[in-house]
Amino acid sequence: MVWGWIPRNTTLIVGALGTHVVLALIPVLVGLVIAVPLGWLASRVPALRAIFIPTASVLYTIPSLAVFIVLPAILGTQILDPLNVVVALTIYTVALLVRSVADALGAVPALIVAAATAMGYRPGRRFVSVELPLAVPVLIAGLRVAAVSNISLVSVGALIGVGGLGQLFTEGYQRDFPTEILTGIVLTVLLALVIDGILVVVGRFATPWARAGAST
Amino acid sequence: MTLLFSYLFDPAHWSGPGGIPARVGEHLFYSVLALALGAIVAVPLGAFIGHTHRGGFLVVGTANGMRALPELGLLTLLVLLIGINLLPVTIALAVLAVPPLLAGTYSGVRNVDAGAVDAARGMGMREWQILTKVELPNALPLVLGGFRAAALQVIATAAVAAYVSFGGLGRLLIDGLKTLDYSQMAAGAIMVAVLALVVEGLLALVQRAVVSPGLRGGGRRSPTAEITRTAVPARADNPEPAGVTS
Amino acid sequence: MNLRRSLTLVAAGAALVLGLTACGGSSGGGSPLGGGSSQAPAANDTIRIGSADFVESQIIAQIYGQALQAKGVKVDITPPVGSREVYFPALTDGSIDLIPDYTGTLLQYINKQATETDSEAVYAALQKTVPAPLTVLNKAAAEDKDAVVVTSGFAQQHNLKSIADLAPIAGTMAFGGPSEFQTRPDGIPGIEKTYGVKFKSFSALDTGGPVTVKGLNDNTVQAADLFTTDPSIEANRFVVLEDPKNNFAAQNVVPLINSGKATDQVKQILNAVQAKLTTEGLVELNRTANGADKPNLDTVAKSWLAQNGL
Repeated sequence: MVWGWIPRNTTLIVGALGTHVVLALIPVLVGLVIAVPLGWLASRVPALRAIFIPTASVLYTIPSLAVFIVLPAILGTQILDPLNVVVALTIYTVALLVRSVADALGAVPALIVAAATAMGYRPGRRFVSVELPLAVPVLIAGLRVAAVSNISLVSVGALIGVGGLGQLFTEGYQRDFPTEILTGIVLTVLLALVIDGILVVVGRFATPWARAGAST
Repeated sequence: MTLLFSYLFDPAHWSGPGGIPARVGEHLFYSVLALALGAIVAVPLGAFIGHTHRGGFLVVGTANGMRALPELGLLTLLVLLIGINLLPVTIALAVLAVPPLLAGTYSGVRNVDAGAVDAARGMGMREWQILTKVELPNALPLVLGGFRAAALQVIATAAVAAYVSFGGLGRLLIDGLKTLDYSQMAAGAIMVAVLALVVEGLLALVQRAVVSPGLRGGGRRSPTAEITRTAVPARADNPEPAGVTS
Repeated sequence: MNLRRSLTLVAAGAALVLGLTACGGSSGGGSPLGGGSSQAPAANDTIRIGSADFVESQIIAQIYGQALQAKGVKVDITPPVGSREVYFPALTDGSIDLIPDYTGTLLQYINKQATETDSEAVYAALQKTVPAPLTVLNKAAAEDKDAVVVTSGFAQQHNLKSIADLAPIAGTMAFGGPSEFQTRPDGIPGIEKTYGVKFKSFSALDTGGPVTVKGLNDNTVQAADLFTTDPSIEANRFVVLEDPKNNFAAQNVVPLINSGKATDQVKQILNAVQAKLTTEGLVELNRTANGADKPNLDTVAKSWLAQNGL
């Protein structure tokens, strides 16, 4: 292991890390925004649920490298375009979260929804102030899986020339340089743990009632 | 459009050592090896921790951490260190199989109805008998769910192994990518997706066949829990939807 | 209350992500979403230099880039693009402007029927067939050819001197090389046609890199495609099989550039570099780059430029 390589290459490493974060997290945010309405529809309309959830499962099953490679034909982008990675990961995130959102919203106790309606909440306000917050724990669980999974998948993008920590893997492999690969692995795992931790904290903040007098 | 499928429709590509069936065979071979290794490690561990109800936190944390391991990084590192034989591929893929298997076995065993375990203890069963005769059979739905997730994860990731010179369906993707042969890439993408779906379907059938009908409902949720606690289905501590792959 | 708090956190999170975007963007040399060959053609005065997926190409790209920068030309050296099948389209559509290439294989890529093998003939043919808007500048004396390589033990065992000697035993041999070697005219098809040598199997390893070397050493493959300037050939005492029928044409280093970017100044700078590139120089560059301490390729390029007064 040539540890001296790391201080010599901070620009490369930090740049790769920054690109990686962006490519992994934008799909999570965009995916969440798309998944919430879809999941809400699925929780309301059983017929839609029967369509969305299996479709989501199928989409999630398709291996990432295959999607990265096939998307250019569908989107008309170039093969080496980072947009392929972002779109592919957004699809995965939506596929993953739609089920989480649908289950979470479906599991909100009917009693509470009824009570809120009785208190005079209009449906829109009720959704935002009552149902969505109650769905947060399951949503956060889904987001955690999506975020960590995306962080791992972005590195596969290096095979189609997309930047990120995956570059450290392909370069290290070409030059017979385990140190570089190991650096990339460690940073990927650390990044995932940090993002995971942040999401856990966000979840705790968003559900103070779960802490107060919880019987967990 | 037909140009895109020309690779698939060419009969020459369906025979011989580089043919599609051979690649499917290689792909499944790597996957089975990895799943076996992963199961040998994860199932006993998850069962033990689930049974003793200790160290659960460790399981969830480790499973999450391992899910973060980048497959391309693992493969390249292990191949550089070990060489081009089955060992690096099997280890790298097994590492990815362990989190779902561990999480599934752990939550399966842990969530077995306490009453049943208690009754077994009351009948004088020893701990390991409780584990094998009561907990594991009851845990089967979640264990199999974990196995399904692991199988999909492995099949999906085995495609990347082609980058580090292994066979399998990823070969079509990587070779096609290097020569910008779109139809070869399309063939690889389609076959890998089809394989993943077929395996998922088969395992779903197996799950249905093997799990005892009394357990098909899956998970335990008492009605009162619904009202008094935050709505958190049993899956929250096993945040792994059945179709998780990468 | 919870909603407001949640929204604040989401806003903070978004700010964090945006901050990291800026961070990644500025130090990564270009916005992450606009990186790679997806960008529109660069601003008129910036030359975007690409490279292939092996170290020598990347070093030469650095040399070109730094030589140009030293004389005030704006350059942007992109991450490695891949094999020629990938970077040639990137050149024609303007995603990159300049790349170091090799005369023989470039000619055969453009014209699969090309038969020239001699250095001058190949270069002349190349100059005529390179499609607009691309053009090639002066070729260097430096040459880096593909070669069929075996271990010394294997060569001794079977008395191997040239590729033709493989004909009787090839049916039991596994051959290793980059994926594209299977389809290139001078690759597997060429070896079969020129020498009647048909291997039992082909393993796609890497582009003349460590995995191919390992493959030879642990007998995963009995013969492989390595590059003639690879120091591992000497270091591992591999035997380069002779190519008397010239299956592999001459492979002189040549800059492949978009003629729109090839101003007189640019041409002069690059041709000056070309004049100094020698085969031994390439071997030395590779040896330094592959050294155990893995020096940064831009540093390696910089020393070469300094040594050669450029």
